[in-house]
Amino acid sequence: MIDGWLAVYLRETIILRRRLTRLIPAWSVSPLLYLVAFGFAVGRNSVVHGHTYLEFLLPGLLAMTSMTQAFAIASEINVARFYHHIFEEFQAAPISNTGYVLGEVLAAITRALLAGTVIIVLGLFFGVFMNFNIAFLLGYLLNAFIFASLAVALAMLVKSHADQTLLTSFIITPMGFLGGTFFPLESLPSWVQKVLAIAPLTHAARTIRAASFGESASSTDFAILAVLGCVTFVFAVSCVNKARD
Amino acid sequence: MRTPTRIRTLVGVQCVHPNLPPTCKIKTDNLLGYYNNGIILESTKPMIEIRDLSKQYGKVQALGGVSLDVEKGELFAYLGPNGAGKTTTIRILTGLTRHDGGAAKLNGMDIAKEPREAKKQFGLVPQQLNLDADLTVRENLFIHGLLYNMPRSEINRRIDELLEYMDLTDRGGSLAKTLSGGLKRRVVIARAMVHSPAILFLDEPTVGLDPNIRRRIWALIKKIQADGATIFLTTHYIEEAEFLARRVAFIDEGKIVTIDSPANLTSRLGGWAVDRLEDDRLTTEFFEAREKAVAYTLDQADGCTIRRVNLEDAFIAMTGKKI
Repeated sequence: MIDGWLAVYLRETIILRRRLTRLIPAWSVSPLLYLVAFGFAVGRNSVVHGHTYLEFLLPGLLAMTSMTQAFAIASEINVARFYHHIFEEFQAAPISNTGYVLGEVLAAITRALLAGTVIIVLGLFFGVFMNFNIAFLLGYLLNAFIFASLAVALAMLVKSHADQTLLTSFIITPMGFLGGTFFPLESLPSWVQKVLAIAPLTHAARTIRAASFGESASSTDFAILAVLGCVTFVFAVSCVNKARD
Repeated sequence: MRTPTRIRTLVGVQCVHPNLPPTCKIKTDNLLGYYNNGIILESTKPMIEIRDLSKQYGKVQALGGVSLDVEKGELFAYLGPNGAGKTTTIRILTGLTRHDGGAAKLNGMDIAKEPREAKKQFGLVPQQLNLDADLTVRENLFIHGLLYNMPRSEINRRIDELLEYMDLTDRGGSLAKTLSGGLKRRVVIARAMVHSPAILFLDEPTVGLDPNIRRRIWALIKKIQADGATIFLTTHYIEEAEFLARRVAFIDEGKIVTIDSPANLTSRLGGWAVDRLEDDRLTTEFFEAREKAVAYTLDQADGCTIRRVNLEDAFIAMTGKKI
């Protein structure tokens, strides 16, 4: 049922390992700018929910990174599909759709974990020490799982790499800014809060932030993330056949 | 007992099994045999069976009811101009494209009903050199073996064997992006053979390669076929089909025009051709004997060339089009 996942995962992770020296600086740039601009310059004297703004910001940046880096697998799949035609090697092999999606999703999660580690290390340089526990890890992994599955699904549906860029602009960027990364959602109008409650990042940011503050995370947030994870994964599996002519 | 539909060989074989009755059916994976009083009537199933395969892209009929069989161990060429339906046929057979109608079996496995079993029967060498540029040659081959669920030790053994077979032993650790076009093509062929498939699909295997490298690839394909593989090759190079194939199918506008051996296809036009350039227009006349062709050229003004009849002549004669 999951035949082929290891081959797909191994392929992606070998490539990831080979590019790691270039990726680590790339993963550092945006968080570093956010930490300097928002954390140091704008929010230096701000206190949010009883914590410094940097302590508030870092878990949000982690949630956003788990989303963007897991979703980045879509670009890798597109390049493999439209430019290098490597996807045909998978299509012609006797592997299951579930195995293919699982391999790609696990590779995306691996990438998200490595990028998250870079941010945690950056946070230490800024003097931010977070609590790490199972809830923290679970929130991070579930969020990466959802966006990796969504990335695979959309990568199967788009007809060109340009379409993929549009999806990033319309889905990922707005969610990154409005999903509780940079400011508490309570400051937004209630109808906006209701709309943002649909976004997985809102729940992920809330669980990761609560865990990093040493508070107990909401089981409702975990349940929503788990359900969204199942739905997006099944959706991704069902989309693989659509990539055929 | 059903009569074999296709009797290829009639072999007088001493009965190995002492309890075999006077007449019985013998069945193995690739052989339907009928034993009859000390004689085995051997009948092979085709490795590739295509029946009435069709595919439509919008209003364009890419394939319009293609039917053909390819026997075990045969090197079969599928020849036609660009857009004739060659790649569409291979894409359907290999599961990359859905077909609209008809059926196909690979080594007895139906591509629609048992797609994963059917996929285990072939190796695909696509037109594009679709190696993972950031992986080494060994890694490209290893990932392929894992996709076919092979044990790691078996994959490594097979990679060593194939690198030697393809004369690539010293390139195993090279990144694919550092290889030349000819080397990449050899690696793509090696990759397709990692899981020891019964059938090899080669889609325009020498397109874009210079003549020297093309001939090396031809020699390699001949060697693979001699070692027992069934090869289905698409090409629009006349000389490639003539040099390699035992049988050739002409395909045009999604339909099979004819299937025959290169020798039979060309002999229909006679053995010799004279190309004549007149008012910027090239005309060709065909002759049974070279002497007649020479005599014809003597009657003409300058600008005549005598040559052997080739498959392109046969294709033009049947379709009115150039390949």
